[in-house]
Amino acid sequence: MNLPEFDIDICMSCADAACLTKCQHISIQRDVAHKEILKIARGEDSPVLHECVTCYACEEYCPYGNHPFYLIVERQEMLGISPQPSPLIKRAINIGIPFRGEPDIKEINGPVINMGAFSPLKHLIEGKLFEGLTVISDDERKMFHYFCQLMYLHYGKISIIKERLPNVIANIAKHKPTEVICFHDECYGAYTSFCNAYNIDVPFKPVHLFEFLYNRLTVLKDTIKPVGLRVAYQRPCSSRLSPDKHKFVEKIFKLIGAEPVKRKYADENALCCALTIQGQKKEGSRRRSLEIQNKNIEDMKDSGAEVCVFNCPACYDTLSEKVSQHGIIPVFMSDLCRYAIGEINLENKRFINKYG
Amino acid sequence: MDDIYKALCRIVGNEHCSNRPEELFIYSFDLGTFEPKRPDYVVAPKSAEEIQAIVRLANENSIPVIPLGGGLSLAGLAVPLKGGIIIDLKRMDKIIDVNEKARYALIECGVSQGQLTSYLEQHYPHLTHSEPGAPPAATMAGNIMIHGQGDLAHPYGFTSDMICGLEVVLPHGDILRIGSSAINAGWFSMHPLPDLNVFLGWYGTTGIITKLSIKLFPAKKIRGFGTLVVEDEDLVPEIIYKITHTQLCEDIIAFSRAIPPFASGLHHITVNIGADSEKELEFKQEIIWDDVLGEYIRQDFAGYLGFKRGLERPQVSKTSDYKKGGGFEYVGGIMPVETYPICYKKGREISERHNIPYTVTARVIGAANSMMFAWTYAFNRAEPESIKQAREALHETDGLVLELGGVIWKPGVYGQRLLMERLDPVTKDLMKKIKTLLDPKGIMNPGNWEIF
Repeated sequence: MNLPEFDIDICMSCADAACLTKCQHISIQRDVAHKEILKIARGEDSPVLHECVTCYACEEYCPYGNHPFYLIVERQEMLGISPQPSPLIKRAINIGIPFRGEPDIKEINGPVINMGAFSPLKHLIEGKLFEGLTVISDDERKMFHYFCQLMYLHYGKISIIKERLPNVIANIAKHKPTEVICFHDECYGAYTSFCNAYNIDVPFKPVHLFEFLYNRLTVLKDTIKPVGLRVAYQRPCSSRLSPDKHKFVEKIFKLIGAEPVKRKYADENALCCALTIQGQKKEGSRRRSLEIQNKNIEDMKDSGAEVCVFNCPACYDTLSEKVSQHGIIPVFMSDLCRYAIGEINLENKRFINKYG
Repeated sequence: MDDIYKALCRIVGNEHCSNRPEELFIYSFDLGTFEPKRPDYVVAPKSAEEIQAIVRLANENSIPVIPLGGGLSLAGLAVPLKGGIIIDLKRMDKIIDVNEKARYALIECGVSQGQLTSYLEQHYPHLTHSEPGAPPAATMAGNIMIHGQGDLAHPYGFTSDMICGLEVVLPHGDILRIGSSAINAGWFSMHPLPDLNVFLGWYGTTGIITKLSIKLFPAKKIRGFGTLVVEDEDLVPEIIYKITHTQLCEDIIAFSRAIPPFASGLHHITVNIGADSEKELEFKQEIIWDDVLGEYIRQDFAGYLGFKRGLERPQVSKTSDYKKGGGFEYVGGIMPVETYPICYKKGREISERHNIPYTVTARVIGAANSMMFAWTYAFNRAEPESIKQAREALHETDGLVLELGGVIWKPGVYGQRLLMERLDPVTKDLMKKIKTLLDPKGIMNPGNWEIF
């Protein structure tokens, strides 16, 4: 076991095994769940390791912060039970290899925003909200030097994260940032939840994008025109690593005058975009992925959403076309905030693909 | 001022004729590794009649003429090996007619593939053509002249198989029509008259195509591609056979490359699918990914990367960024699909020997009747040694194509010679007779397809 913060005694004494009983992808009774999580903790095989679709949600469901998801991924790797087929694992591992020279390190001595592996999305951090921030990882040829690596949780390859993440942290630290706003909450989860769980030193202060946006909007409050839109939030899997920051979704909506719709699949009960499920080895994964996406979109429609708000670029890539086909405008949170302060129009985001 | 130049100016107008060194320089090379050769004149005619006059002038004076489309073949096919007159065809860019019901477009020879795509999207969105992976500036006539392939190569074959009629200026200046248009019956079919087509694949050595009728096909409302990834190259042929058996796809490409790292040592098989409704799309997806390929995924041999809407065309040009100086060239082979594994392995070996990151791409033609397999080599245009290295790799690969039982696609002069050494004597003799009959003075793009 290489998860310093995991405590089997907590699982032993846990009454409800919420990590598994709340799982939306595995149907399991409390007694069985309790036995299975203990088997997993002891390093034994369990159907849970085979059924897990890697949605991260159990990290949030565990009321003790005992990191059941990291434990599951540890065991998947140890026992060679990756949900993904080998060629996709190899491909994913290769994705994170920097190949275009070393990063350009400049000392900032101020706040920075780290785009991680999403440098091509720099257009999402323009305008007054982001004034005064220095962008790091702004060159897509070199962005994998700043890639938080947490993606490998989907591939049963936690060892890759542990091996590479310290170098990524060192690269960011060389910029001497006073604080690091994380463009993607997966990065934020890496530098907070994951590093805490594995006692990895983080010599800078990570800031969640939504917390940053909320604070900036507060400063720019006088320029906000209430958007008056009914909004649905597509909560990404990585948000489960920082549930304490999820409250900023509602706070931002309130501040900009957006009306969050009442959804079946929201907050703790959110459904992921299912991108990672479509390629899994288990029979029927592609169709299951489609079913989850359709359930999600039907839920948005039924709740009367006009706008679907995204944090994660992968969720956006997966769902935005489908969302727009149903007459809902797909938009990143930062763009919704920019719309609220009159910097952009949302209409041109309504139809995103001529082939759709 | 010389007489030839004056005569050319009279034919095409002063502004469309040049013998100025700076302009001749531009026309002296293509983007590949081929050694530059300077033409004596460059003209840009506007009509078949102007081309007719130019060819007659050239014939009278025994001056070489070299037709030029987009100039993007990379194999030096429009480099004036023996000087002469470059006939730049880009001004002949009229889309003359689109026949919706018979699904063909009649176009002039300078119409680029990007122009045709754009025109159809704007005016006939329910029609499309087999768009090559070449840059938009590549001309349709150039593409058929080299037996190119596009994104409908799997169901319909080579682009040159999609011709419904041709107009050609012959080496002595006559204007020939082939197909139904030869009896003024419209431009809808190449058949059933006796076949006179001795122009495709000849690089302009038998005549200059001035007009062509090209088949159009239904454009599905939804077009996109799904991707399967495998590590074992030996599985690629059988997977391709299974996909093609469904007859549900528009295009099938397999690629592997050292850079970017995600593609290294893996084979991405992209499958283009078109549908008019979500129902049709899901029907096709289910058959392809679940029923036909599902077993490979469940057995851990392959992974499904998902379906993306919109078309991504193979872009070997991205390899030009591998080295400073932005150069790349590839050898294409028309190969049996079953040779994919050995093509890949040998390609990697050649690349590694020449210190070039490997890039291989294959496009399925017809019902897996063959594939175009491309080995791409990057080089630095500013470094002669780098160009030499790439050229050596290319020549080695020309030999590899033949060794593996394939045919070199759009061969440059080096590859043409290799092919000629193996050409059946009777075939070779007939080719020679055809060339001699049509072009007794040997003025048409000389240096290419020279049969000894």
